[in-house]
Amino acid sequence: MSFLASTVSYLELLRLASAEAVVVISSLVVLAIGLVNRRGTAVAEVSSAKPPTRAAGTAAATGWCSLVAALGIVIAIGAVLMLPRSASLFGGMVVITPLTSLFKVICLGLAFFTVCLVRSEKSLRNPGEYLAIILLATIGLMLLVGSEELLMIFIGLELLGLSLYVLAAFDRTDVRSAEAGLKYFLFGSTSSAFTLFGISLIYGMSGATGLAAISSKLAAAPVQPLLATGIIMTLIGFAFKIAAAPFHLWAPDAYQGAPIPSAAFIASGSKVASFVVLGKIVLVGFAPVHGNAGWHAMAAGWSPILAALAAFSILIGNLAALAQTNVRRLLAYSAVAHGGYTLLGLVAGSRDGFSATLFYVAVYAVTLVGAFGVVAVVRSETGGDDLRNFSGLAGRAPLLAGCMAVFMLSLAGIPPLAGFFGKFYLFSATLRAGGNYGLLWLVALALFGSFVSLYYYLIVLKAIFVDEPSLTISSSPHRSSDLLQQITVAVLAAAILLLGLMPDILAARILAAVS
Amino acid sequence: MIAWTIYLTFAGAIVLLLLPGVFARWIALLTTLAGLVLGIVAFVRTPVADLAHFTMIVSLPWVPPLGMNYHLAIDGVSLTMVLVTGISAVSTVLFSWDVDRRQREFFFWLLLVVGGCYGVFLSADLFLLFAFYELVIVPKYFLIAIFGSTNKEYGAMKLTLYSFFGGMFVFAGILVAYATAGSLDLNQLAQFHFAPELQSWAFPVLFLGFAVLAGVWPLHTWAPTGHVAAPTAGSMLLAGIVMKLGAYAGLRVAMNLFPEGFQMWSKWIAVLAVIGIVYAAAAALRQHDLKFVVGYSSVSHMGFVLLGLATANVLGVSGAVLQMFSHGVVAALLFAVAGRMLYRRTHTRELDALSGMNLSRALPFAAFTFVIASAASMGIPGFSGFAAEITILIAAWKTYPIAVWITGAGMVLVAAFTLRALVKSFFGEVRVQTGRVSTDADWTEQSITLAEKCGACLLMFATLAVGLYPKILLDRIMPAVETMRFLK
Repeated sequence: MSFLASTVSYLELLRLASAEAVVVISSLVVLAIGLVNRRGTAVAEVSSAKPPTRAAGTAAATGWCSLVAALGIVIAIGAVLMLPRSASLFGGMVVITPLTSLFKVICLGLAFFTVCLVRSEKSLRNPGEYLAIILLATIGLMLLVGSEELLMIFIGLELLGLSLYVLAAFDRTDVRSAEAGLKYFLFGSTSSAFTLFGISLIYGMSGATGLAAISSKLAAAPVQPLLATGIIMTLIGFAFKIAAAPFHLWAPDAYQGAPIPSAAFIASGSKVASFVVLGKIVLVGFAPVHGNAGWHAMAAGWSPILAALAAFSILIGNLAALAQTNVRRLLAYSAVAHGGYTLLGLVAGSRDGFSATLFYVAVYAVTLVGAFGVVAVVRSETGGDDLRNFSGLAGRAPLLAGCMAVFMLSLAGIPPLAGFFGKFYLFSATLRAGGNYGLLWLVALALFGSFVSLYYYLIVLKAIFVDEPSLTISSSPHRSSDLLQQITVAVLAAAILLLGLMPDILAARILAAVS
Repeated sequence: MIAWTIYLTFAGAIVLLLLPGVFARWIALLTTLAGLVLGIVAFVRTPVADLAHFTMIVSLPWVPPLGMNYHLAIDGVSLTMVLVTGISAVSTVLFSWDVDRRQREFFFWLLLVVGGCYGVFLSADLFLLFAFYELVIVPKYFLIAIFGSTNKEYGAMKLTLYSFFGGMFVFAGILVAYATAGSLDLNQLAQFHFAPELQSWAFPVLFLGFAVLAGVWPLHTWAPTGHVAAPTAGSMLLAGIVMKLGAYAGLRVAMNLFPEGFQMWSKWIAVLAVIGIVYAAAAALRQHDLKFVVGYSSVSHMGFVLLGLATANVLGVSGAVLQMFSHGVVAALLFAVAGRMLYRRTHTRELDALSGMNLSRALPFAAFTFVIASAASMGIPGFSGFAAEITILIAAWKTYPIAVWITGAGMVLVAAFTLRALVKSFFGEVRVQTGRVSTDADWTEQSITLAEKCGACLLMFATLAVGLYPKILLDRIMPAVETMRFLK
């Protein structure tokens, strides 16, 4: 670790990490506002003992905190845009390339919309803490995206993971939230152990933690069993993170039990960053041991492993989703399936494949944040998120129903929505990568999976558009926050439609950044 | 200019969502009329010589790194399909004039289907064509599941999943073509030479995927249930245009891209087509529900289209395109009578119940329309069905004489079930006045509305005009077919 000896220019570091710094500061400010406000309401409670004051106080605190958080995120996006085109510090610990900048912006954007969802989540007691933790998790995402060094990646993973465990368990009044948090924590920490074990083996065998250095070491010497173990352990750790079958068992409970903004963030931001990092690790770090997943030319390496994970995820995710009656569980199983599709581009291992993967996962994340936004409204109006809670939604909230249709159909891959282009790009890149149609088996499986998936997405839409309302709806007293929520959801739906009509605006950027 | 059919239709769909529901049907009518007028203007004004090749009309870069272009083109075949889309769309809107609930949604989904169909017929880029093709699937689901009748949710889901099932194969075939040739432009792909062993498996995948939508036996079962479950407008659109999408795309994409694969498999397509013609006609003979009769007749008529394509000569393929036009008009007419004119007034489609009602007296206009439609459906000379089917049979005689014999037997069955339905529904012996009809207070007042008359007249005019002077279409279709690659 020779870089420690060289003098570090802290000013330079601060300049390159200005976006992260902004997020840290806003996180602290949000935390402070939350604390002050909490003490204020406590005093008010003692003096007047009126419950409405407390409710009003919490609402005001939520408003201020989310305003500050959103502002911080916007400033951070500005800071990312001001970064130089490329830079590298400490042997790859902090890296800036067009790709990292693009995905920092995407992660910050996802965090922004998650913060918008928080505003209308009424069950939260300390919105300040909640938002501060979301911002911390966002820093984790940015570290993950912006590093090409295993130790730094691990730190990012842990920062992200620990924040998300807390977010999942945040609703102390709901036993399901506790269950979600505990499950997510147990699975997540196990996966971290796997990753760390794998990383340490890789470090031991190659003597390096930077991805480029590992790659050159791997290319020089034949792969030894210990190194193979290290690679497999690292991949398993990431398979937990992206909920690839058979390591997906935490996902349904976490998606269903966690507070909705937490679930949305787990499904979106965490997934995007994990795929960016996984892609970098396998395509840069493990490039010499690619192997081959082609039907006629199977060869050992990481790509057959990822191909097997993808195949399992597509089958198990889609088939299990068929049987769900709870929309959040359904989304969770479909997330497993989509994780499988997304892996296809990495299996391909080409430049096109990686950029297709990135496009797909970015679109997927936007879609899921929107879908969870709709679920949040339905939950606050009907008190649940089963399919029957959605029945008749088209009658009472046409805008939300239309947006949900956009999200579901985009997930199913129906044109002219972004999911359709994403699938076409992903599958065509995969097919082109395998020589002599070697990857056709995987593409065919994915096509079959997306055929199956249309059924359960249509079941959701059937409940919304066709079924008669089966529950009595309590008239919602919180119209103002509903408006914000509706705007958020509508903006996300418009983004999906726009990306479907003009995919070039994102695809060309990703493609240029990957090269 | 013809490209505006697509833009206007989608624009109309969006505009009517923003305006109050009372305007919905007027906007839908204006939009579809505009599409029809554009089609007719293009038909009259485009020189016949220009229609021999798939001539580019719009080409804009869409996703340049992946070679996707927004590329529209037209030739005689696609112009014919655009025309039948316009005719069916206008009459469909006229026959849905009295939709009484959720009008905006209804016409929104309807216009999406129409716009997607225009898009498929005009696309010259494989990705664009596939996008329009898949775009049509989901609106159909909502049209049927929300506004349909008998067993609507089952029928809608079955139809949608069948379409998407076919779409899966199409997707695979398109990916293979794209990955191999590296281009998505249909004209460029038609120049590319795919290896014969690739064609031998890629062609059936692609063609069968499309043929699911065209109702090929044995994957046709979505058609009768879907047609019966759909609202009248849905059945008219489905039978009139959507089934043509499959046949058109099979011709434009599968046969043009993989000509050698087509040569290898054409006789099997002919076998499936003949089985479809005879089987569906026999099934129609046994139905009690008038809409099921019409639904099976659609499958049977689409069998002729496939047989025409399988002949692989200019006459047969041109006949197939003519049959697509003819069936688009005739099926719409049949469904209009069965679903709208009769069912809305008598509340039954059971042939046995209808036969007691003396409907030829009560609804003379409906009876007249149904006689015309049946005649066109049976292939009586003077109607479009005759011109198309005789062309196909003459062409098939050169290649598959046995198929012509069997098909001839099938045509007798077609005549049999059509006459049976006609006699039972309108000219049955008056036995007892059934209670249901006599208690319906509005029964005598519900004469055929002006909108229905206009729609029916438009369709009848189309089938008669083409039947009496098929040359007007064939002059434009045949040169376009001649330049297609699979004939060389």
